[in-house]
Amino acid sequence: MEQEARVAVERSTPLSISPINLRGKPRFGENVIEIIVFICGAISIFTTTAIVIVLFQEAWMFFGSPEVDLVEFFGTTTWQPETGRFGIWPLMTSTLITSIIALMVAVPLGLGAAIYLSEYASPQARGYLKPILEVLAGVPTVVYGYFALTFVTPVILQGLLGKENVEIYNMLSAGLTMGIMILPLVASMSEDALSAVPRALREGAYGLGATRLETSLRIVVPAALSGILAAVIVAMSRAVGETMIVALAAGAGPRFTFNPLQAAETMTGHIARISGGDISYASIQYTSIFAIALVLFFMTLLLNLLSGWVASRFREVYE
Amino acid sequence: MSAQSMDQRDRPTGYLPEGADINRNIAARRLRGAIWQAIFVSSLIIGLLALATLIYTIVDDTFGYIAVQTKVDPEELTGGRPLEELSKEELIEILRANVSAGLFRRFDRDEPFSERSKESVLQLVEERVVGREVVAAYKLTESLLERERIEATVRERFPRAKLEFHSWINREFLTRPMSSVPILAGVGNAILGSLWVIAITMLLAIPIGILGGVYLEEYASDTWYYRLIETNINNLAGVPSIIYGILGLAVFVRALESFTSGAMFGVTDSNGRTILSAGLTMALLVLPLMIINAREAIRAVPQSLRQASYGLGATKWQTVWHHVLPNALPGILTGTILSASRAMGETAPLIVIGASTFVVFFPDSVFDKFTVIPIQIYNWTSQPGAQFRSIAAAAIIVLLVTLLALNATAILLRNRLRRNY
Repeated sequence: MEQEARVAVERSTPLSISPINLRGKPRFGENVIEIIVFICGAISIFTTTAIVIVLFQEAWMFFGSPEVDLVEFFGTTTWQPETGRFGIWPLMTSTLITSIIALMVAVPLGLGAAIYLSEYASPQARGYLKPILEVLAGVPTVVYGYFALTFVTPVILQGLLGKENVEIYNMLSAGLTMGIMILPLVASMSEDALSAVPRALREGAYGLGATRLETSLRIVVPAALSGILAAVIVAMSRAVGETMIVALAAGAGPRFTFNPLQAAETMTGHIARISGGDISYASIQYTSIFAIALVLFFMTLLLNLLSGWVASRFREVYE
Repeated sequence: MSAQSMDQRDRPTGYLPEGADINRNIAARRLRGAIWQAIFVSSLIIGLLALATLIYTIVDDTFGYIAVQTKVDPEELTGGRPLEELSKEELIEILRANVSAGLFRRFDRDEPFSERSKESVLQLVEERVVGREVVAAYKLTESLLERERIEATVRERFPRAKLEFHSWINREFLTRPMSSVPILAGVGNAILGSLWVIAITMLLAIPIGILGGVYLEEYASDTWYYRLIETNINNLAGVPSIIYGILGLAVFVRALESFTSGAMFGVTDSNGRTILSAGLTMALLVLPLMIINAREAIRAVPQSLRQASYGLGATKWQTVWHHVLPNALPGILTGTILSASRAMGETAPLIVIGASTFVVFFPDSVFDKFTVIPIQIYNWTSQPGAQFRSIAAAAIIVLLVTLLALNATAILLRNRLRRNY
């Protein structure tokens, strides 16, 4: 193509003027820069590859050791590295229980806040309410952990349910606090989805005599449902991967229990506690955290992919 | 939903209210609307209330009465002068006279007295000789509302103790290193550690993040590897931070130990759990964020600017460097600051790669062991005792004020530098 272009230029140029030879300028640097820029973009691939390789490699060593087998890992309910018993269920159930409590707080509150911000609030009110919610989202999670341990458990839970019924470390307080942490995420993602619903739909509903509530709940929310569902799934993934709140407030020690008022360590909490101590790289405890991390990685990856799929598959497209 | 089912239960489908029914119907629907509006507002209010309670809890723990008891009255040691006014030599003399010879030699061995600063000697005197000990600590609310009760309790239980109002966040707290005694502990070395880690993180994440964004927006054509990179970056942003910690532990702390511990450069007294490992891990963590933010900023630069540049004969890189990047700068800066504040508050990955919870010295190279503010908060929160909770709250204030300042700068920059096309 370049050849043709040059031929065209040569043909069209009057013979008396010699053309400026643009091809004479070396543009070597441009190619180098293009390669550098590509590498910077591709580094993310290395990160992912490294994560997958590292997790699989160490988890392979874990499952290869004589104390462990895959059936025991996914089939039993005791996690006691000291006695060589590795059943992931106690860690899994507490992760799921804290996450579900968090969602039970964050989804209704976040959705309610989003509907208010998008459908009811005046632009001025939205102008100062949204930044406050963003502050809530910017608070580091370790601060929420402190909040769970020093306020939610002793003041709210032990105050309401009685000191003897609530353990100092318990899944409920971790879950509730996590719900507050995730609330802004659900609110802002849902609000984006609600605001994206075209105005004409609302006007149509109002024109048929619907009240603001009927318009919001029967027209706007269903139209934005894919975005809202995606927000809920992302929130779930955040809750599953959240570490500091559960490490501080949910308890230090795996326990197979469904009572949210009891202490039970989650997957992330266990990884943090075990790796925080000085463990030998050769020990089975060291490789065991990689096996847990592998499960965690795939859980969150699955949720994130699901969220993206839901958002695109069920999206209502207007014009 | 419930409204719909109620309508259907009461009346046949397609029923239109007539006469007085219209008014009743409208009134009922308006009432329902008002109730739900209240529910929506209250869910927002609950969120704001949670934020207010969080701040209240932190402030409540940070200030309040403490009952202080000393082993020796400092006035007796110095003959009436306050300790702070003494010279370093006088302080050393006091120390020599009041601790055992073995302990004195140990202090000298840890760090020779001739090299110690006056503050460090003063701290030793306060710790070992005066023995200022906080025997009870109270929260702010209690201190303000129940002063008489606190005074009575302290008089009864600790007759020698003095009650004083204490702000756990103060100048000493900001400059002192970690200590196992809460009243003597500080976040000085944690602040420095945080700065070191952020510096390394951003040194790597800024150029790579911006160039990565440039690749995706300016250079990439719609090929399979472009789509792979794009999907991959979006998914990486959703990977839990603790997984990055695991990655850092296996790659930077273990596999590259000779590099990250500095053994390659002749540093001998270290393992891989260094500032460098932490910075590298954090860089990987914030990179997807940086790239996503840079992309958005670059995408906002209007196409006409690029076309004008190409029209004048500029090459691709000249266009990017002289026109696209300067115009995307406000957005990129905002994204950078937000990434930095994310890295600043992140705790989990640093716990996994093994930030030490008890480091008393100040880091002075990237191959040092380190601690950062969030790690101190984690550590102090998990210790039993009201005083540890108070210094945790004080450290939280330090962290939150820093983050707030960073975010305010980001918003300010965005507003100052924003251009409208």
